Amino acid sequence: MNTLFDSASAALRLISSFDAALLAIMGRSLAVSALACLMACSVGLALGAWLGVAQFAGRGAVLALLNTLLALPAVVVGLLVYLMLSRSGPLGFLGWLFSFKAMVLAQAVLVLPVMTALTRQVIEDAHSAHGEQLQSMGAGIWLRGLLLAWDERYALLTVLIASFGRAISEVGAVMIVGGNIDGFTRVMTTAIALETSKGDLPLALGLGMVLLLIVLLLNASVAAIKYWRERVEARAL
Amino acid sequence: MSAVITLQNAGVRFGRVQALQGVSLQVQRGEIVALVGGNGSGKSTLLRLAQGLLSPTEGWVQRDTAAQQAFVFQRPFVLRTSVLANVALAAWLRGLAWTQAKDQARQALDEVGLDGLATRQARTLSGGQQQRLAFARALAAKPDVLLLDEPTASLAPQAKREVEVLMQQCAQRGITLLFASHNLGQVKRLATRVVCLDAGHVVADTNTHDFFHAPLPDIAARFVDGETA
Repeated sequence: MNTLFDSASAALRLISSFDAALLAIMGRSLAVSALACLMACSVGLALGAWLGVAQFAGRGAVLALLNTLLALPAVVVGLLVYLMLSRSGPLGFLGWLFSFKAMVLAQAVLVLPVMTALTRQVIEDAHSAHGEQLQSMGAGIWLRGLLLAWDERYALLTVLIASFGRAISEVGAVMIVGGNIDGFTRVMTTAIALETSKGDLPLALGLGMVLLLIVLLLNASVAAIKYWRERVEARAL
Repeated sequence: MSAVITLQNAGVRFGRVQALQGVSLQVQRGEIVALVGGNGSGKSTLLRLAQGLLSPTEGWVQRDTAAQQAFVFQRPFVLRTSVLANVALAAWLRGLAWTQAKDQARQALDEVGLDGLATRQARTLSGGQQQRLAFARALAAKPDVLLLDEPTASLAPQAKREVEVLMQQCAQRGITLLFASHNLGQVKRLATRVVCLDAGHVVADTNTHDFFHAPLPDIAARFVDGETA
């Protein structure tokens, strides 16, 4: 109990003193996960919206595969991206292994199925309820997907947050492709794993607290945006 | 008169359910045709078939390609944006530039009495106002044929009356109306012809006066008696 209390106190001191090492790790973590989500978002939202409205032979099999990929372990993604980026792999010429870019790529691959599958579900539900009405106005399949994505933008914002949460909290993929190099590819989760094994519990706990705080802030931002929009809509009355 | 919609032995099957079977029907330009029948009799399926939202699994459907169609649903879907944008979208989807579409939308909103609410968020409108918005959306597409699926079923009496007035105005402008309704009073007030459906079959197809006063086939007569009792 004392260890937990002491570590928590030390962690709070580290956070409140804006410890440089902690801030650097935090910044890198946020940058990697934000860029990975941005990458995955550009493909995942479009693909998910299309899958939500499109009907084609083999759709069921594609959805089953997509849902299976939701449970894809981060270490497996790390391993696959490692094999792709290793010198003998198809993307070896890029020279990205053990770099910031490799971590972004690995996390993007990790969250792409999450973003696609959740977007697909949101759009498909909206399409079964309202797609026919848009179709009766002359909206083709792509436009229906786009209009419904616009209409469900708050739900999709939650999808984005969930994906970011998945990215920033994973450890396996970035550990394998990034290598946890101090000052270079060390992020919050890999640092927590390392510092815990070294016995430096205050730093590990401090990073853990920051991680939770980030997720809390993200959720609060979504709620604030939703609240603001509702106020704007109500003011238009 | 010329036919704007023709169904010949048309049928629709959803898996093991035969929703429509052997329906032959012609809707002439300028007619106001009411589709009546119990729940699950095939009214909505017939409307969707006529609009092209469904393809027949038997027989065929022909639409006059020169006649623009629009559809008003029982519970209209409005996008999370302004009333004006919702209506302009329908005109834009018919090929107008966005600025022209907005002009047309303003005109349509004026026609349905929603011009004062153009900038309001569509989702904040009442049920009756949303149905009028759906009418404006249909009118913005400059239709020759208007299909309506129980457009007043979930509305309060006052809103119901407003929608009926809009339907009458459309008819006066020469728009062909094909609407499904459970409300025989409304059918009497609006329709020039009644098509009665039962279990996916047309059991009566006659002018409105005869539907309510002349002898009908058993199933249709029972439907009218049940509704009017």
